[in-house]
Amino acid sequence: MESRKATVRLKPDTTYDRPADAVSAFRRTSVVVAIVALITAATLIAAQTGTPQTPIKIGFMVPLSGGNAQNGRDILNGFLMYLDEIGYRAGGRKIELIVEDDEAIPAVGLTKARKLIERDEVHVMAGALLSSTGYALAPYITSMKIPMVYPVVSADDLTQRRRSEWIVRTGWSGSQPNHAFGEYAYRTLGIRSVVTIALDYAFGWESVGGFERTFQAQGGHILKRIWVPISVHDFAPYLAQIPRDADAVYALLLGRSALQFMRQYQEFGLKGRVQLIGGGTTTDEHVLPFMGDEALGTVTALHYSAALDTPANKTFAESYRTRYKKIPSYYSESMYTGGKWLIAAINAIDGRVEDRQALVDALRRVKPEGLPRGPVELDQYGNPIENVYIRRVERVNGQLQNTVIDTFPGVSQFWTFDPARYLSEPLYAR
Amino acid sequence: MAARSAERPWRTPVVVLLAAFLLLSPPLLSAYWVGLLTQAVILGILAMSLDLLIGYTGLPSLGHAGFFGVAAYGVGVLSTTYHAGVWTSIAGGFLVGTLLAALFGLIVSHVRDVYFLMITMALGMVLWGLSFRWIPVTGGDNGISGIPRLEGLIGLPATGPVPFYYVALLVFAVSALLMMLLVRSPFGLTLQGIREHEPRMRSLGFNTWLHGYLSYVCAGAFASIAGIMWAYYNGFVSPTYLDLTASSELFLMVTLGGPATLVGPVIGAGAIVILKNVMSAYTARWLLILGIVYIVTILWAPQGLWNLGKRRSG
Repeated sequence: MESRKATVRLKPDTTYDRPADAVSAFRRTSVVVAIVALITAATLIAAQTGTPQTPIKIGFMVPLSGGNAQNGRDILNGFLMYLDEIGYRAGGRKIELIVEDDEAIPAVGLTKARKLIERDEVHVMAGALLSSTGYALAPYITSMKIPMVYPVVSADDLTQRRRSEWIVRTGWSGSQPNHAFGEYAYRTLGIRSVVTIALDYAFGWESVGGFERTFQAQGGHILKRIWVPISVHDFAPYLAQIPRDADAVYALLLGRSALQFMRQYQEFGLKGRVQLIGGGTTTDEHVLPFMGDEALGTVTALHYSAALDTPANKTFAESYRTRYKKIPSYYSESMYTGGKWLIAAINAIDGRVEDRQALVDALRRVKPEGLPRGPVELDQYGNPIENVYIRRVERVNGQLQNTVIDTFPGVSQFWTFDPARYLSEPLYAR
Repeated sequence: MAARSAERPWRTPVVVLLAAFLLLSPPLLSAYWVGLLTQAVILGILAMSLDLLIGYTGLPSLGHAGFFGVAAYGVGVLSTTYHAGVWTSIAGGFLVGTLLAALFGLIVSHVRDVYFLMITMALGMVLWGLSFRWIPVTGGDNGISGIPRLEGLIGLPATGPVPFYYVALLVFAVSALLMMLLVRSPFGLTLQGIREHEPRMRSLGFNTWLHGYLSYVCAGAFASIAGIMWAYYNGFVSPTYLDLTASSELFLMVTLGGPATLVGPVIGAGAIVILKNVMSAYTARWLLILGIVYIVTILWAPQGLWNLGKRRSG
């Protein structure tokens, strides 16, 4: 003690703390150490305790934070609604749902999948939104031999050239509705020349690729292909490139970019002069309520519309609207149907989900009835064969909706082409 | 160093405990937790490499995940598209990351402080853009998947999370040792001199540009090592490895743990990996909690957890 006093006096610059500081620093340190120790202890205890396996555990992941959170939330909502309808029971067993946020980052998705499968020991997986996450998960899912349902991920090759026997897609492949739409645009809409404007990533390339293929086969011309970065903020430089003598503009956008595009399309005086058509997400119900008259008349193609006039969809849309106070998007419908699919498969094997091979076989075999989007069955590659609806944006009772104006029944991911030949050709790219 | 450790006597036992935990616990833990520890040690290498720049040389880089990602892409492209052997892939990944650091170093090494931050950020964005748009090579947004597992390729008798973990731990230990030797060498002391007062170092006759450049290249080389391990751990690469979010999260790992300590960034990396994964399992508001942790750290331990109790210099 005496020596410290002397030191302080002699060397004011010394690194020794003054007593008061030393005490508080010590206290802070011990608080932090205590917290860290507590956290470590808690996590270790959590790691070691397992629960008995009587309920069926379903692992589910979608982005619940970041830019894609709203789409992820819609997917989850559809699933929760269906699980509520069946009282969280299937095949005579209780259902336990474990939800994780994959943040729309593939590496995070993989970590969460590892958590769900290795720690929570789920029997079956469902979810994912982005193609990149879908591709990143596939090898892992296959190596762990866990059945997984992809309700939304639309990357073509997941059920084509890089398919996995453990992954079943209940959604769609990106080019699937566009094959039908390319033909429709030429034959029925009478369009002869098109400018495409699409988000510059796999989903955009595959949608435009599918449209182009059948449109050009009919004799149509693609005047120009415009690719916009997915972070696009201003469409002015792209809209300026559109030749005014085109018959139509094909737009493939989603979320904020779709809203921005619609507004600027009108501001540039293109609306009314050049017909606007596009991929289904451009006017999907996740953005449609935020659009105004500028969206009217846009014709798009998708395997679902909230305005689809069937008893099954009316019931679904009505109860979804009551429960969540908004109209269902195709994302909402995706996991309602995906959930129905999964539960039908679990029921088909009387809840014996421990037999994974039986479960994945059942997932490929079942044909649930009364789906909001209409009849669906899986092809041998694990992709749905389903209706493609041609929708036009109209205002009904003051609300914008995607009125179904035509239906292509039972469209396969290979359209009318021979699967073997189709698969020997390269994937649609820029 | 002796005076500093005497000042904070808790440091040595904590390091010993951590080392013992990392070495002994994995066989007792479930595969999931071994996976998280693997992530922590790989990101630990990366955080230490950034600490060479931020902590020791005083160069705040916001593009450091770039080298990490480029090395990972090197492994991905070589081992899937070209079906190269494992050692070729590793060497290729290391070379491409390090050479890129040597090239970028020429551009960034003559600026300091906020200018350094901005240029490294811009170069990081360029790399991200390249990974996203150079589709024939990188697969664009979808990335490259199907990288084979490392344990079998390098001739380990067993495969699985635990053997891979010990490989990662060995790489971590060797990298940590090398970086520790580096910062204690005369070269490392010169770097710290540059951080404290560059004009004085220059007037003493040191080539401060060259020292800054070499520290940038070394940091890039160690980041490449982490990138190679990350590619093998995940089995795929995607543009999110090297985007701005990745770089800034890395930056937070270093500042949270304590710059210029090497141990601190490892703790920061471990803390962020564990916090993210554990909390997100219990609450959807985990980002909020992570934000509070950052704020509390800045208020209570502005120089990072590992520098707790250290008096502010200057």
